[in-house]
Amino acid sequence: MSAGTDKIAVTVTNVVPVNELVTRFRFARTDGGLMPTFSGGAHTVVEMKDGATMRLNPYSLMSDPADRTAYTISVRRDDQGRGGSLFMHRNVKPGLEMVISNPVNLFPLDLRAKKHLMIAGGIGITPFIAQIKQLAASNGNFELHYSVRTASLASYADELSTAHPTRVHIYHDDKKQVIDLENLLDGQPLGTHLYVCGPKGMIKWVRGTAEGLGWPREAVHDEEFLAPPSGKPFEVKLAVSNKVIQVGEHQSLLEAIEAAGVDAPYLCRGGACGQCETDVIGYDGKFLHNDHWLTEEQHASGKKIMPCVSRFEGKTLVLDR
Amino acid sequence: MPKTAFEPSIKSRPIYGTLEPRPGKSHLMIADAEGAEAILDLAKSTPKGMFDHTHIIYIPKKTGETFTGRLRELNPAQCYVGPSYEAALPRLRRVLNDAHMGLQVYLSGSEGLMGQAMLEATNAGIPHSAIQTEHRGSTARRMQCVHCKGITEDVTTDPFQCAHCGLHLFVRDHYSRRIAAFQGVRVDAEEPGNVPEPVERFK
Repeated sequence: MSAGTDKIAVTVTNVVPVNELVTRFRFARTDGGLMPTFSGGAHTVVEMKDGATMRLNPYSLMSDPADRTAYTISVRRDDQGRGGSLFMHRNVKPGLEMVISNPVNLFPLDLRAKKHLMIAGGIGITPFIAQIKQLAASNGNFELHYSVRTASLASYADELSTAHPTRVHIYHDDKKQVIDLENLLDGQPLGTHLYVCGPKGMIKWVRGTAEGLGWPREAVHDEEFLAPPSGKPFEVKLAVSNKVIQVGEHQSLLEAIEAAGVDAPYLCRGGACGQCETDVIGYDGKFLHNDHWLTEEQHASGKKIMPCVSRFEGKTLVLDR
Repeated sequence: MPKTAFEPSIKSRPIYGTLEPRPGKSHLMIADAEGAEAILDLAKSTPKGMFDHTHIIYIPKKTGETFTGRLRELNPAQCYVGPSYEAALPRLRRVLNDAHMGLQVYLSGSEGLMGQAMLEATNAGIPHSAIQTEHRGSTARRMQCVHCKGITEDVTTDPFQCAHCGLHLFVRDHYSRRIAAFQGVRVDAEEPGNVPEPVERFK
């Protein structure tokens, strides 16, 4: 059960390969109605029926928030992943009926900002595309610095540069172009908010540099969806529902709980939002915490786990679920 | 004079901390009266060279020359000593207008001074939670009359008489960040004329 979010029955209306790795999908309501409004930075959780496996992956919405006829997402193929992105690339064709969640925004613009400074790495560009459409409609002040591997893998770089030539800056790894971050941050007027979406290393680099330069924590925003990592299978006892379940090698703990028919709360399924936080009643073994929601003390306490991305190795684990 | 301890109160009542050096390429310190002592205490633990990038705006009020010499001895990049907050305001606005992200703001002294400077800094785009404050000296309050909206500065008694409309006002802990003032409400609204004897609550 996703906390407070209804599901939307949709039909895939368009599948467009963007480049070698990225494909764009467009969803319209199957009943022909309008989609709920959303704000730039929001994501939807896409349900994928892959044989006996049900996958639920979050993807940032990249369409114009003012356009309620459809949502679009872009999915980067991850050949080493658990299969969600491969399923999207291989099995999702125009006409397919699917279920997605209502939009949820864990990466909103702070509209009190006098300027929005956006830093994107790779597929981390997608939430910014919706945010830029939202800001452009209200003559908002933004600047995008977008780091890509090569020109051929630079999803939407041409469109963004053409639409906003003075506001969009592209950096190509293969040409050794690097964002001059310290200089960039140092020159920003008071009231600028900083947003970063991309690989973990980039988020850490941007956050650390901003902190060292005295940027207030409240003015720095990031989003990183973690894919649930695979690992050794393990057994869990669910105390409230009185069930013993097995978590498979490529399954997340949350997915195993859901597969057992137990209703567990979730929102982002990527370790970011905190919705699925679960109390540990007892354990004998080692936690493999992967979220960025719980504090280090909570990780060490053995009292909490985020079942969307975290795992366990050991003899017994009993959860309050 | 040490920093002030306040009674616990309602959530909207501002609370103040102790100034500490933070990383940043420029620093703005604004103080009135005994607030200078918070800057002098802070200076004991600042990294070398921090005052080369520090702008001090200081309003001595009744303390006169007591602290101005010692503040200047810190050798800040700029040190402005002025007769009133209003006199310093154009300078403060200019500094904030030209500043970049990473500017650290340190406020110390009376609640009225810190509240008004905080308002300018937040209007300039700094989150209020990122601005450091330390209370020193007078606990007199800057009050807004909720009836006529007039501001009465340096209120020391409760109730007090509004300097604008003359109503007798009860001093509340209810604080407005937008106005940078506590709220004063008519004390004899139910029974006009029945005004309790003013008590000196603030010094």
